[in-house]
Amino acid sequence: MFEAADAGAALLAARAQFAITISFHIVLAAFSIGLAQWLLVLEALWLWRRNQHCLDLYRYWLKIFALTVAVGTASGLVMEYQFGLNWSVLSVKAGEVIGPLMFYEVMVAFFLEAGFLGVMLFGLNKVGPRLHFLATCAVALGSLVSAFWIISANSWMHTPAGYSLAGDGRFLAEDWWAIVFNPSFPYRLTHMLLAAMLGTATMLAGAAGWHLLRQPGNPRARLQYSMALWAIALLAPVQIIAGDLHGQHTLQVQPIKVAAIEGSWTRPPAGAGEPLRLFAVPDMAEQRNHFEVAIPRLGSLYLTHDLSGTISALDEFPRADLPPVAIVFYAFRVMVGLGVLMAALGLASLLLRWRGRLWHARWLQCASVALAPAGFVAMLSGWIVTEVGRQPFTVYGLLRTADSLSPVAAPKVIWATLAILLVYTLVFGLGLWLLLRLLGKPPGPDERSPAPALSEET
Amino acid sequence: MFGVDALTLLSAGALAFALLTYVMLDGTDLGVGMLMGINRRPEQRQVMLLSILPIWDANETWLVLGGGGLLALFPLAYAILLPALYVPFLLMFMALLVRAVGIEFREHLPRKGMGDALLLGGSLLATLCQGVALGTLLQGVPHKAGQYNGNGWEWLGSFPLLCGLALVAGYLWLGACWLYWRSEGDLHQRSRRQARYLSLLALSLLAAVLICTLGVDQRYWQRLSEPWIAGPSLASVTLLLLGYQLAWRSRWHCLPLLMALGVVAVAFALMLLALFPLIIPPDLSLAQAASSPTSQTFMLVGFAIIAPITLAYNTLGFRVFAGKIRAPDARSE
Repeated sequence: MFEAADAGAALLAARAQFAITISFHIVLAAFSIGLAQWLLVLEALWLWRRNQHCLDLYRYWLKIFALTVAVGTASGLVMEYQFGLNWSVLSVKAGEVIGPLMFYEVMVAFFLEAGFLGVMLFGLNKVGPRLHFLATCAVALGSLVSAFWIISANSWMHTPAGYSLAGDGRFLAEDWWAIVFNPSFPYRLTHMLLAAMLGTATMLAGAAGWHLLRQPGNPRARLQYSMALWAIALLAPVQIIAGDLHGQHTLQVQPIKVAAIEGSWTRPPAGAGEPLRLFAVPDMAEQRNHFEVAIPRLGSLYLTHDLSGTISALDEFPRADLPPVAIVFYAFRVMVGLGVLMAALGLASLLLRWRGRLWHARWLQCASVALAPAGFVAMLSGWIVTEVGRQPFTVYGLLRTADSLSPVAAPKVIWATLAILLVYTLVFGLGLWLLLRLLGKPPGPDERSPAPALSEET
Repeated sequence: MFGVDALTLLSAGALAFALLTYVMLDGTDLGVGMLMGINRRPEQRQVMLLSILPIWDANETWLVLGGGGLLALFPLAYAILLPALYVPFLLMFMALLVRAVGIEFREHLPRKGMGDALLLGGSLLATLCQGVALGTLLQGVPHKAGQYNGNGWEWLGSFPLLCGLALVAGYLWLGACWLYWRSEGDLHQRSRRQARYLSLLALSLLAAVLICTLGVDQRYWQRLSEPWIAGPSLASVTLLLLGYQLAWRSRWHCLPLLMALGVVAVAFALMLLALFPLIIPPDLSLAQAASSPTSQTFMLVGFAIIAPITLAYNTLGFRVFAGKIRAPDARSE
């Protein structure tokens, strides 16, 4: 029904469409997860210590939470149907396994989140502080549980387990425990949840730094700044450890991905160890790097935790199984580079705190502002590493991306992808503009809740 | 029954429940969004928006559940239906996204009219697409070897478009009944008048859809004309419409909405009865499209436990914001 060249274009457009819809959605989703926990902490502190600043901050961030979470529902709806729109063969073959995980995500998590969201956003004056705190807890819990289920589905496609293959190539569920807790799931979930918290923390620290540069004495900005920097100082090192463990596991289950991350085309001679390539231009056609800048043996230190170990190189695998090396290679370096910067920010804040100079170090406030988007940029880069790095497969090693596609004509997929890109750019551009406008105003005393008309009328 | 085992029947029931709940709940707030077109006074629009602001998000979640549920319970149907409805579905998603922006960003936009326009346009387009999708399903989707093999434009026919218009009228009707319940004063009276006109419009379009549906496939006519279906459905619609007429005199202002929802539920049930045991006409049955018993059991157990809890706290969420919404005075703006 449709030609080979057509199929190539449709494949590329469908992949672009998934990449666009998931990238926008995942930043929103992660920001919602992080903000929900932040709001939970603020409200708990308010109820416990009766600290008015906490309530002001709570209301201030509630308005921003309202912007992200509702649009997140709409962009999440698109994801729920992407599999059928563009990947109908994948849906038929793997739907019985990943479908139930997505179903549980909605049943357990989305409803919890959406059901209590109205009360959380608009109900403080209607239901009283206790029930309201319960609503905040439900929303925060819902956001965490939704990450659990969707990361489980994603992990299963990386490290499929607990299934059998039917005669027609469909994956049949055999053992739900093995499916949900598939081998890479614990690593991915930990890494992603930490990324969501860290991304939110850098945003909070950046916003507070911005306000402190203008109003050095604003007590609400100080509280937020201090809490966010504590979070960064604690979470960034933990994230580096979690990332290392995740990398070690990937080396076992997806060695091609790690070889692409390292840009390692051929294995070094025995005993020479793996170099750490700081920069290179990987060339898929010639199967080698240009302009390589590398430190010898350092790669072995984090790959095999010694100075002489080596890993499988790209030339040891079939060429048809290689992912686009350059994208994986660069995205990994962006992620790690930003991760190191965030860890440095956290460390610097600890040192300044220890010497009692946290409020006076304007340079740290400037650095916090500069690193505000770092957490989410690093997170997106990480997703690019793991998702581009598992190409050319959808279900790793078992179902190829090219064989997962829907029978939709290429022009339609291309136009749809362009239209989605346009709408998303406008919607998220507007959202970002409103976000920055709201964040531009420092949190003041007696902040109002969203839609005051609704919460104040009886 | 009809070669469908009990487990698959339960799965179909769960999915139908999710879809019907979606149509009744989100249908109402989509209707309110579309009514922005005929209620133009800013303070009335403010009340309309406030009436759906705390609940629309939970309502829309039923559509997310429908997507996950269809993929999980009937993967073959999901895989055939979505490529066939590629354009209307993507238009619907973009419309719902724009609508979400209109609702949630409205408070912060420099001009409220901009938010209202996004809400109105998004609601209208999304409803139209949903009706078109239902119509396309009813008229049958060509497929071969488990994949869609049509030309991608079957949805652009007169029957799906008629279904789209009927759904627009139906949701508008629900929306007007909702506003009659939740508002007071001028908007309350206006909504009462609008609901009257809109009920006539919606009922005549629904009747037109029903007549056309009978002509689409011989089997629909055979099924729906069976006395055990035709009798009770005629009786219940008659009773509901009678109740609807009387409801306007009641001091329970939610009654007209409940009666209208009843009519929508009967129409939905008739559609499912006409299709049964097919999930996608002309020839894909529920049994053929169903996932394995392991997957179905895994989900149905969860659904049976969690769905009642979900309904309970969703009801709580509704109740917190129940009651008449007053037009906010000028000072609070």
